[in-house]
Amino acid sequence: MTPDLPARSAQAPIIGPGHTSATVTDQISAVVLMKTPRWWFFAFGVSFLLVMMLMYALAYLFTKGVGIFGVNVPVGWGWDITNFVWWIGIGHAGTLISAILLLLRQDWRNSINRFAEAMTLFAVACAGIYPLIHLGRPWVFYWLFPYPNSMGIWPQFRSPLVWDVFAVSTYATISMLFWFVGLIPDLATLRDRTTNKMGRIVYGILAMGWRGSAKHWHNYEAAYLMLAGLATPLVVSVHSVVSFDFASGIIPGWHTTIFPPYFVAGAIYSGFAMVLTLAIPLRALFKLEDFITDRHLQNMAKVMLATGLIVAYGYAMEIFMAWYSGNRFEEFMVKNRMLGPYMFQYWSLIACNILIPQLLWLKKVRSSAPILFVIAIVVNVGMWLERYVIIVTSLHRDFLPSSWGMYSGTVWDKVTFLGTIGLFLSLMFLFIRFLPVISIFEMRAILPEAKKLADEAEEEGA
Amino acid sequence: MSDEGRKTREVREIRERLSGARGPAFWRSLEELAGTPGFQEILHEEFPRHASEWAEGFDRRRFLQLSGATLALAGLTACTRQPQERIVPYVKQPEEIVPGRPLFYATAATLGGYAMALLVESHEGRPTKIEGNPLHPASLGATDAFAQASILGLYDPDRSQVLTELGTIQTWEAFSKALTTRLAALAALKGDGLRILTETVTSPTLADQLRTLLAKYPKARWHQWESAGRDNVRAGAKAAFGRYVETVYDFSAADVVVSLDADFVMHGPGRTRYARDFAARRKVRGKPRDLCRLYMIESAPTNTGTLADHRLGLTAGEIPAFALALAAEVGVTGVSRPTGLPPRMAALVSAAGAELKAKRGAGIVIPSEFAPPEVHVLAHAMNEVLGNVAPTPGPDQPEGRGTTQHSEPLEVEPIDQLASLKELTSDMNAGRVDTLLILGGNPVYTAPADLDLSKAFLKVPLRAHLSFEDDETSAYCQWHVPASHELETWSDARAFDGSATIIQPLIEPLYGGKSAHEVLSLMLDDPPRTAYDVVRAFWVKPLGDATGREPGTFETKWRRSLHDGIVQIALPKEGMNTPNSLGSNSLGSWVYRNPLFSILGHAAPLAISPDAVTRAATSIAATGIPATSVDGFELIFRPDPTIHDGRFANNGWLQELPKPLSKLTWDNAALLAPAAAARLGVVNGDVVEIAANGRSLRAPVWIQPAHPDNAVTLHLGYGRRRTGRVGSGAGFDANALRTSAALWSVRGATLTKTGETHPLATTQEHFSMEGRHLVRVGTLEEYRREPRFAQEMEETPPRDLNFFPGHPYEGYAWGLSIDLSSCTGCGACVLACAAENNAPVVGKDQVMRGREMHWIRIDRYYAGELDDPRTHHQPVMCMQCEQAPCEVVCPVGATNHSSEGLNDMVYNRCVGTRYCSNNCPYKVRRFNFLKYSDDTTPVLKLLHNPDVTVRSRGVMEKCTYCVQRINETRIVAERESRKIRDGEIVTACQQACPTEAIVFGDINDPRSHVSRLKAEATNYGLLEQLNTRPRTTYLAKIVDPNPALGAAGLEEAGHEPAPHGEATQSEAPRGEGEGS
Repeated sequence: MTPDLPARSAQAPIIGPGHTSATVTDQISAVVLMKTPRWWFFAFGVSFLLVMMLMYALAYLFTKGVGIFGVNVPVGWGWDITNFVWWIGIGHAGTLISAILLLLRQDWRNSINRFAEAMTLFAVACAGIYPLIHLGRPWVFYWLFPYPNSMGIWPQFRSPLVWDVFAVSTYATISMLFWFVGLIPDLATLRDRTTNKMGRIVYGILAMGWRGSAKHWHNYEAAYLMLAGLATPLVVSVHSVVSFDFASGIIPGWHTTIFPPYFVAGAIYSGFAMVLTLAIPLRALFKLEDFITDRHLQNMAKVMLATGLIVAYGYAMEIFMAWYSGNRFEEFMVKNRMLGPYMFQYWSLIACNILIPQLLWLKKVRSSAPILFVIAIVVNVGMWLERYVIIVTSLHRDFLPSSWGMYSGTVWDKVTFLGTIGLFLSLMFLFIRFLPVISIFEMRAILPEAKKLADEAEEEGA
Repeated sequence: MSDEGRKTREVREIRERLSGARGPAFWRSLEELAGTPGFQEILHEEFPRHASEWAEGFDRRRFLQLSGATLALAGLTACTRQPQERIVPYVKQPEEIVPGRPLFYATAATLGGYAMALLVESHEGRPTKIEGNPLHPASLGATDAFAQASILGLYDPDRSQVLTELGTIQTWEAFSKALTTRLAALAALKGDGLRILTETVTSPTLADQLRTLLAKYPKARWHQWESAGRDNVRAGAKAAFGRYVETVYDFSAADVVVSLDADFVMHGPGRTRYARDFAARRKVRGKPRDLCRLYMIESAPTNTGTLADHRLGLTAGEIPAFALALAAEVGVTGVSRPTGLPPRMAALVSAAGAELKAKRGAGIVIPSEFAPPEVHVLAHAMNEVLGNVAPTPGPDQPEGRGTTQHSEPLEVEPIDQLASLKELTSDMNAGRVDTLLILGGNPVYTAPADLDLSKAFLKVPLRAHLSFEDDETSAYCQWHVPASHELETWSDARAFDGSATIIQPLIEPLYGGKSAHEVLSLMLDDPPRTAYDVVRAFWVKPLGDATGREPGTFETKWRRSLHDGIVQIALPKEGMNTPNSLGSNSLGSWVYRNPLFSILGHAAPLAISPDAVTRAATSIAATGIPATSVDGFELIFRPDPTIHDGRFANNGWLQELPKPLSKLTWDNAALLAPAAAARLGVVNGDVVEIAANGRSLRAPVWIQPAHPDNAVTLHLGYGRRRTGRVGSGAGFDANALRTSAALWSVRGATLTKTGETHPLATTQEHFSMEGRHLVRVGTLEEYRREPRFAQEMEETPPRDLNFFPGHPYEGYAWGLSIDLSSCTGCGACVLACAAENNAPVVGKDQVMRGREMHWIRIDRYYAGELDDPRTHHQPVMCMQCEQAPCEVVCPVGATNHSSEGLNDMVYNRCVGTRYCSNNCPYKVRRFNFLKYSDDTTPVLKLLHNPDVTVRSRGVMEKCTYCVQRINETRIVAERESRKIRDGEIVTACQQACPTEAIVFGDINDPRSHVSRLKAEATNYGLLEQLNTRPRTTYLAKIVDPNPALGAAGLEEAGHEPAPHGEATQSEAPRGEGEGS
């Protein structure tokens, strides 16, 4: 992007040159403390309208019944579960970046982990709506939880949907804690810097008495690491469990053992795509190029490329197994995906998830923020299509041709989906406005090393 | 605080006053209490604005507030809430009624005048379910779909409920006065100008009344018109024998059947019994004798054609030529084989002819009701020359053994109905009709278009119409009298074999309807009698001891007749066929011994006039074989398979019952052969303009495999202009193209693509089995070579392959067996299930979305060439898998395995994830996507089976093997300290099935019927390779093609992948197309 890219661009700086602790703090906290920019009102307003639309759709849904969606027999799940899996998948990057990269001491993560975590949280919130509203009788959703009741009835533990309940709620809880714990030092910074009385009170409460003493820091590090350790297996477990919803069914196209790893890879893939989708406009809007540098974008592009290839392997294996198993139902399923009435969706998914992302092999592509942004959007679309194809094409033509049918989402499916996007964006805009999008203290922590690296680069350049 | 104190004090006061009161005084003191100032005060404080809610009046702001709140509340109330119900105990216990225990009454329903004997279940005085009458030879316990649905017709809230004169509500007395005044005037003219129009009548009582009327008014005339009537049958018999006769066939005695377009398992008065007898001769068990071979020559594809060993699709115009060739082949004198017979026809003529000759006396040639009279003449001649007609019984000939029997007509007044209607029309146009009384029927809608009946109506000074609904004909009559349903009134009718049934009411008329008997009684009797009096008075003579043949009084015989559902006149015991003694008595012997004939005259010896045969042959030969590539199409009219001639248009069950072959619901369509559709460049749902006889009609196309090319079939009964909410706007009116010159087919129609489309709702979009072994078919020869051919088509996993510990089944283990050789695809089981299990009607829109709620469906597959495929039916309901994929995935345990092997659905526990449905390989689960059950229309509540939960929105449901019937029987058996007997539990589908294709029972009992069927070599489980271990299994379909013709069309049926046929029909328009 920049013409005078440093020679060791693979090791491009993870923080812009010339930053000190003070400048880092100033710049990041300014995003929160400055006067609300006009565009924010506009952007939040639009998102909030979408939330209102969601509320309307849900009210209508609860009044009329789940029949307002396009689901039918044989396709009992459609946009609802597609969106659920899609949002849950997006929610993966946050924990991965925060926890696994933290444990692996990948310092470059420090500038993106905060909003990646926020993104996770909001995505999981959006995802959590779907399993509830797709129920025929949503008002008894709590029957899926093992709550004590006078009739002594428990959930049916053989069902993957029950495992889902545990997996997703655990994931949401840990992600929430992790995010909040990570925020505490920065909340204290904001408390100290804000001139607004209300802000001081709210940030003050949220900072939980943080004063930055050595003891605080000691406890904080221990807690943060421990949470990271807890969160790490969740990255693998959540989407594995979600994939069991399908893998433990007997429907051709669902019933396959490769689903857990392939779903996890897919989730990370879509998660990183979403992080890029958000990070690129964010850093442009708030002039944060110094903190979210090209190096970050490149690293994320590489993760996408790697997970994308795993996903591609998953697709290839499905096709291979359909042939190798000699199972005529599997064979038909693959043929039907490729050449049946949903072939447009299938080939779009292949294009979005496998073909187009191969551009990421090129360094030029990886280092161009606009192109990366476009590819990230393409991958987001592709991952949505992947879930749609898995759910709809497997169900719509299964064993008995007599019960084959077609599926299409209704206007309510679409409105609800747009509504959850609105909810996600609204939460995101609130977050951007009221909390530091980049971890201030963690950025400060990497300054010395960044400086060293920068110096080295300068020497070499000279 | 002081307020609080005062309140407590006052409440205490009230308590004291109450506690001081004792016994009866308690109530009085409550009343007094309400009046105490203290109470009033409290009331006012609790609801301070209660008294002055509207005192201030409205301003704009307040109005908006309230309307907003109303809206919100309206939204809240729309959430599903079980309606509040009150239980009222009997003050006086009616005789025989034990709450919760149903009573069964024998009665009958008529279609086309002929009776279908019924046994109606009644819960506390409300009929809820219709079964066939096992004692009656026409039913043997089975029914058809129409009979099953007639219970909904009874409660139909759209039935007309008031007597009207020119649209204003009038009383029965007013109508009575108007009619009698008119009659008094007409009496002087001996009834000149009085016309009565009825449908086909077999009711002896009605006949008696009408004859009395005609005797009283000699110049009055009685006309009959039935749109889907049997004029051709009557005309054929009259031409052949010189008089009207009724012909009855005994399929149980037949070894070969040649059907000339006759859909004898679905149409005609004997359909249910014929289906039973025919299927009984097609069941393959152990070491079978040869099957009754069926050659089907058909125009519009029929269900009977799907059962055929050899099927030949011809246009309706080619059928007479085939009949002629066959007649020549079997040696009918005076007939010569037409020249230029196409090889396809010639081959079948030779083969069928040879076999008919070889099996002399055991063959049937059965002509279609829709075939021209000449075909009937030839068929009669063929049966005669082949020795199929039973000799007339006499002193030396006690039993008329044979396959075909002729008897006195059962209709009280067989006439050419079309001629009768034409005469009426011309008389009306000529002003010769003064008073027209229409007793049932809807002639304005059903009459051929060229008669322009409605215009003629307007020239009649007084017109009165007795009918169920305020229909097209009512609109053209000054007086409309609501008719009573057959379950609401007394009457009688005769079945195809001559036996009479007294129709007895199950319930008082719901909407004050009147029967034809009552209307006629108005004109005959002073004072008018009730239907009961009329019917009972009629039967006094026949049932009385006039002949001295039968001991006993009238009363006992009357009661016996009512109880058995069949009129008791010297009923020979050995003549009765019971369901379990099938075949031991031929149907024919029963017909001949039926002494009812003695009332109306005994059959005299008949002889076919050779002239008639020659005339028929000459007439057919003169027409010749129509050129195959004529200009334009042949139009074929047929009554609709589910709503008949339109009389069932407002019946939601029948509207939503998929048509047996096209699987269409809620619409009729122009049925076209695939090749014809390809030529026209149309696909399903494309609207074409059909022009014939100078008239035209727009109709959507449906591509129908097996349909003859160059022809288009239109089903009657749709496009009703004036009917209830259900039938309005469904389909198009084929009567618009039907003329009196061509009632059933006409040539030279043109089809033009209009470019418009019309959405059609089908329940099955794909017709190919995709090479999967779903319906397994083999020939009899194959079966003899390798009886286990069906089981060898797929591998069944070993029994111990099980992830979870298996279920022990120690008591009963319920199972079901379905014989695919027997299933005719008629759909009676589908409606029987819906009626028994309170399945809702969802409407066309929901069917198009794939949300039909039938618990049992009949899958229909085609195999072989699209133009001439084999058609297979496969009823599919919940398989009650022993290793059910649905059970393990339900997160709340709403679907559970019972100790007897049923997959129980716990509706109360279901949260509606639909995971079970997704994971069901048979896709038999049904989900209440919206609130489908109607619990707001009060009268429809009466319809529900009280033993089955009415499901609300958001829960999954499916076949339960009629668990309520299992439990009911279990209670009875336990009370009697015994095991449930085999055959004691009958599922609703099994009970309705005319062909006994479905058998239910305990598979833990090796001697049970179902166990023995499951031990058959042809037994196989659907998708058994998935290790689901279905409890419902199938017996492979066995056909027995003539070796001389080769087993055409069989190889691909079960053994090889069938062609996909994607291009032509596999995707019907359904839903909105593709999503994302």
